[in-house]
Amino acid sequence: MGEAGIAILPLAPSARFSLRLAAAVVEIGEAGGFWLDIPINTCHVAGERMTVRLGPNEWLLFGPQADAIRHDVAATLGDRFFSLVDVGDRDLAFAVAGIHARDVINGGCPLDLDDIVFPAGSASRTLLGKAQIVLIRPGAERLYRIECGRSFALYVRAYLENIAHEFLRSPGSGILA
Amino acid sequence: MLLIPCPHCGPRSELEFHCGGEAHIARPTNPAATGDQRWAEYLFYRSNTKGVHAERWLHVHGCGRWFNVRRDTISDRFVTADQIRSAEEGS
Repeated sequence: MGEAGIAILPLAPSARFSLRLAAAVVEIGEAGGFWLDIPINTCHVAGERMTVRLGPNEWLLFGPQADAIRHDVAATLGDRFFSLVDVGDRDLAFAVAGIHARDVINGGCPLDLDDIVFPAGSASRTLLGKAQIVLIRPGAERLYRIECGRSFALYVRAYLENIAHEFLRSPGSGILA
Repeated sequence: MLLIPCPHCGPRSELEFHCGGEAHIARPTNPAATGDQRWAEYLFYRSNTKGVHAERWLHVHGCGRWFNVRRDTISDRFVTADQIRSAEEGS
């Protein structure tokens, strides 16, 4: 994994919440360790908690403990009108890492993943083949996190591995699956 | 393949979008008092413009928002893209 070859690894289970919030977010800023006031299609990592802003009124919240997240976010938002839905069992995540990670994802994803367009801290809902995914790039290294629906996981994994085979002949490549 | 300018996400592939047809078609405000002909015009009659055409798109595999664009149906060039704002969000 890392700078050599391609690694496609299932990630450990995580708590996930979908937050929809009608109010203007600028005045809230941060809710329970999740930064809401970030540009659309970016992510923010604070300790073990990660915020992904998918649209003007939609966020995905990640963290280790569902109960703590539910409590912290609800406490901050108070009596504002919002929806916080536990989607932890809806999605699964894969990590795609290595020097060919971008090429492999672009085998089925129409996003421009160049560092200028999709730098560290980018995240977006998009497609991989026929499956809807959320593609997250938390840091500058070539490591991408792919969130997909649980029932699409086999498809997404097979799709990625299929493309990864094309890069097997490159020096230092190998699939860790 | 079209590159569609989403007002929230920037230019994205057509694959991520769903087209909602012609924009700015107002629903009759009083359906009970609307005759069949007027109702049929609302539902089915479209301008089929040759040239610059206002249409709606949904960025379904992206930010999930509807927006309006003006597209030249001859060249397929997108002229402008505008957010659709609800009364709640203000303008």
